[in-house]
Amino acid sequence: MVATLHIDGAAYSVKEGQNLLQACLSLGFNLPYFCWHPAMHSVGACRQCAVKQFKDEKDTRGKIIMSCMTPATEGMRISIEDPEARAFRAGVIEALMVNHPHDCPVCDEGGECHLQDMTVMTGHVCRRARVRKRTHRNQDMGPFVNHEMNRCIACYRCVRYYRELAGGRDLDVFGWHHHVYFGRQVDGPLESEFSGNLVEVCPTGVFTDKTLKGHYARKWDLQTAPSVCVHCSLGCNTIPGERYGELRRVRNRFNEEVNGYFLCDRGRYGYEYENSDLRLRHPLRLGAEGPRPIPSAEAVSYVAGLLRNGGRVLGIGSPRASLEGNFALRALVGAGRFFIGWPERERALVTTALRLLREGAIRTPCLREVREADAALALGEDVSNTAPMLAFALRQCAMQRKIKVAAAFGIAPWDSDAVRLVGQDEKSPIFIATPCGTRLDDIATRLWRAAPEEIARLGFAVAKALDPDAPEVPDLSDEAKSSARDIAAALREAERPVVVSGTGAGSPAVLEAAGAVAAALRRLGRNVQLSLVLPECNSAGAALLGGGSLAGALSEVRKGQVDTLIILENDLYRRLNAEAADALLAGVKHLMVLDHLANATTARAEVALPCATFAESEGTLVSQEGRAQRFFAVHPARGEVRESWRWLREIGMAAGQSEMAAWQTTDDLIQTLSQEPGLSGVKEAAPGREFRAAGQKIPRQPHRYSGRTAMGADVSVHEPPPPEDRDSPLAFSMEGYQGQPPAALVPRYWAPGWNSDHALNKFQGEVGGAVRGGPAGVRLIEPAADAPARYAAEIPPPFQPAEGQWLVVALHHVFGSEELSAHTPGVAQLAPRPYLGLSPEDAQRCGVGEGDPVELAVGSSVQQLPARIIPGLPRGLLGLPAGLAGVKVVELPAGGRVRSVTGGPP
Amino acid sequence: MFSLFKGLWIVLRHAFVKRVTVEYPEKKPVLPPRCRGRIILSRDPDGGERCVACHLCSAVCPVACIALQAAEDAHGRRYPKFFRINFSRCIFCGLCEEACPTYAIQLTPGVEMGEYKRQHLVYEKEDLLISGVGKYPGYNFYRVAGLQIEGKDKGAAENEQPPVDVRDLMP
Repeated sequence: MVATLHIDGAAYSVKEGQNLLQACLSLGFNLPYFCWHPAMHSVGACRQCAVKQFKDEKDTRGKIIMSCMTPATEGMRISIEDPEARAFRAGVIEALMVNHPHDCPVCDEGGECHLQDMTVMTGHVCRRARVRKRTHRNQDMGPFVNHEMNRCIACYRCVRYYRELAGGRDLDVFGWHHHVYFGRQVDGPLESEFSGNLVEVCPTGVFTDKTLKGHYARKWDLQTAPSVCVHCSLGCNTIPGERYGELRRVRNRFNEEVNGYFLCDRGRYGYEYENSDLRLRHPLRLGAEGPRPIPSAEAVSYVAGLLRNGGRVLGIGSPRASLEGNFALRALVGAGRFFIGWPERERALVTTALRLLREGAIRTPCLREVREADAALALGEDVSNTAPMLAFALRQCAMQRKIKVAAAFGIAPWDSDAVRLVGQDEKSPIFIATPCGTRLDDIATRLWRAAPEEIARLGFAVAKALDPDAPEVPDLSDEAKSSARDIAAALREAERPVVVSGTGAGSPAVLEAAGAVAAALRRLGRNVQLSLVLPECNSAGAALLGGGSLAGALSEVRKGQVDTLIILENDLYRRLNAEAADALLAGVKHLMVLDHLANATTARAEVALPCATFAESEGTLVSQEGRAQRFFAVHPARGEVRESWRWLREIGMAAGQSEMAAWQTTDDLIQTLSQEPGLSGVKEAAPGREFRAAGQKIPRQPHRYSGRTAMGADVSVHEPPPPEDRDSPLAFSMEGYQGQPPAALVPRYWAPGWNSDHALNKFQGEVGGAVRGGPAGVRLIEPAADAPARYAAEIPPPFQPAEGQWLVVALHHVFGSEELSAHTPGVAQLAPRPYLGLSPEDAQRCGVGEGDPVELAVGSSVQQLPARIIPGLPRGLLGLPAGLAGVKVVELPAGGRVRSVTGGPP
Repeated sequence: MFSLFKGLWIVLRHAFVKRVTVEYPEKKPVLPPRCRGRIILSRDPDGGERCVACHLCSAVCPVACIALQAAEDAHGRRYPKFFRINFSRCIFCGLCEEACPTYAIQLTPGVEMGEYKRQHLVYEKEDLLISGVGKYPGYNFYRVAGLQIEGKDKGAAENEQPPVDVRDLMP
């Protein structure tokens, strides 16, 4: 419904019922606000967005109203520029500034501060108050967020965000009247894995980025480019910032289809591995006295020599490397001799997930669709640890019910206080079945703790309860039957249910069960969607590219068919247990590894080549949604670091593969890559290098970028020309198109008068909605329209805990389980120490207490770990942290034995 | 004809007027303190570095000849880890001094900066930092700012109340 709104005498069309603030901002007016946020909507607390409303055209006096709390109605007359309204807004700012400290020069928010912007907007320049300023003590909030409470203007955004959206419990408002205090009860790290968003949510400098503080640069000094997070499979959009050749921070890049306004802490703070001392900066050749740096040309010609002399070569790619890198390796070694470097079980899981999405009739949702779903079933996957932003989306999904209840009372969804009041404890039905407790449990309608097989059986039972044609689950307990009936009843009621599962439980049966539930709902005519979490940032891309697993590579090596092994961005010692990895590497004569960081695999490499990280190269990642997204180099790589595909191309050309010579730029490679089946959309992921906006490139540096003629003057006073970027439409320069480029190329948010991230308002068609020109990325996976909803034939037998025999399952951790982010100090600090999780009953039976050393034997792998008693872990299950440093690699789930070790740890 | 003699007369008369030109470099002219010459970084009256590395001077510099990196010392004070001015680019416009919120960066009447090598015109922090307050005595940013540093607790700055006790229930 469109309403005509008269603003200062001119008529505009706006959406009827929308609040006036959002309508005015969408129309491009500069109206100051604090407590309103596009993702958190209105509470009318700060009184900053006052405008004047007039009864009719004869009314000249009008009345002051809060625009964020007033719905737009047909024929409404308001004035933003009315002198009284302006004076009111200036008065509010003046009052807020009475206690604001004289901190801007030493404040990290300075230069991108919403409070600064709004103060300038209202024209307040001088503090007239003669009272002394109120002060507060700060708290230590852990490695990610810095707290400076003096700067608070009490807009309440932080607690609204933290408690209502992110589901955190440990940040709250304390005190009263003008003494309110936003913090924790006691000092300590913020518990929520979404705490980093406080930095962006806070309109001033109370919460700032602590990692940025360690190597501070102002927003206007950061070179930025659009990028994609590499720390999980969701592919959240980010804006990393660089200064003096070092990555300084990561901010959110709005993509309404993916991460929206927020990021998780792993994505936001995991970037520091890029600056790590472990980075490889030169090609290394392993000699008798250890690795020594060699010139690039020597490294290339040496490896090319191995290939040229009829050497039998094998390539191992990686699900964390870009499509371009993997494709270049495959082209170099040949499709038959290219293996994605994942264990066989992971390959089976990812291909099962992809088969469900590509061959089934069910669509995989983008995160926005998960946020808007009205019921959810999470089967087997602890999304709060493996895909945090999906957990965040499920939290929004839980709130949909409140909005629905409020709508019945005629309350608009943006009236967030009223929605909360009317909604009370109502939440959308969300069912979670996982082996161990998750941080999402507080929103769950019901929870199940069971072994992966039992979870799969529950899923199949739900499918059966929904659709009588579904296969019968044999030997089902009465409890499971009634649970399945309850879930089925709730899902049947929903209009837009979503089924969430993933590879985290390590069980293909769980994936099949999730597929079966979705298929059953689909048969009932529900608009169901299926979201499957994958292990790594480009798992989907690697699977689309195809190629065997490490088991295949190992059998080739065993056959003695391999002289040279080339490993791309893959630490085999994280994928295989040490014996298997040793066996694989020992079986080859020559080993060449390309990676960013030194690791156990590069240490064994005869030649190790330094390759560019996500911030130094351009490439494409395919998210678990099947969305191909391009990331762009934020800064040119230093030293001899190059993109993986460029190394491989040079080696290939030197070895006589002339077709690789055609790959002059990333676009040429993408062009070739797009001819692969299933990957034709990749070239549409972002505009190519020829793209120009108004004839110009998109500058990576803001127009206020400083110090150009001095930053390198210590080395030479003669400034070098800016590095040329031949791969993309972006430039390492301040010069270029200053307007809004397509979403995939937006390097930062800035608009005149809007220095903070709220400048995003000016990039959106409707504030809070899509960016003009549509979201970034292109979906490669769409369901087959006419595919029948089918059920898997095999249903696993029930799990029976046996005496002396345990089932070891992987427990994922948002901090520590992922390879690259674990190298950043803050993440390492919050990562758990190695442990073995036992249920309280099992611990009692074994006579093991918290922290006691226990010995875990899985197959031939034996390791000693301190015990951790995990309430809620089902009997007969052991939890082993996945991917954690200090824990031996074991393929999970697997049978294992545990025994108490007396005499303390070694 | 008359104008010709008039011009000649003016020229002759100037031959006996007191000279304003100074025989530089034999004689040094006295430049007023507000002359915009060599840039320095000053210290506050307590001897601490005044520069808090806010990056405003570098942002305002029209030729982008100032580069610095902010850091924080053990006392909680912000300072520039390095501070570099490329005087071969500097146009001595004085905008950096105007932008400086702490009176740290100041232009002085020093004009004798000539070098044979351009590279020598790159001044690092140790070349810029002086031991005095420069043109602006008395001002210490940290006495005004709310930021807590060693020796100045929360609420101890000018015009501040002592920190709020959040657990206090008194009105």
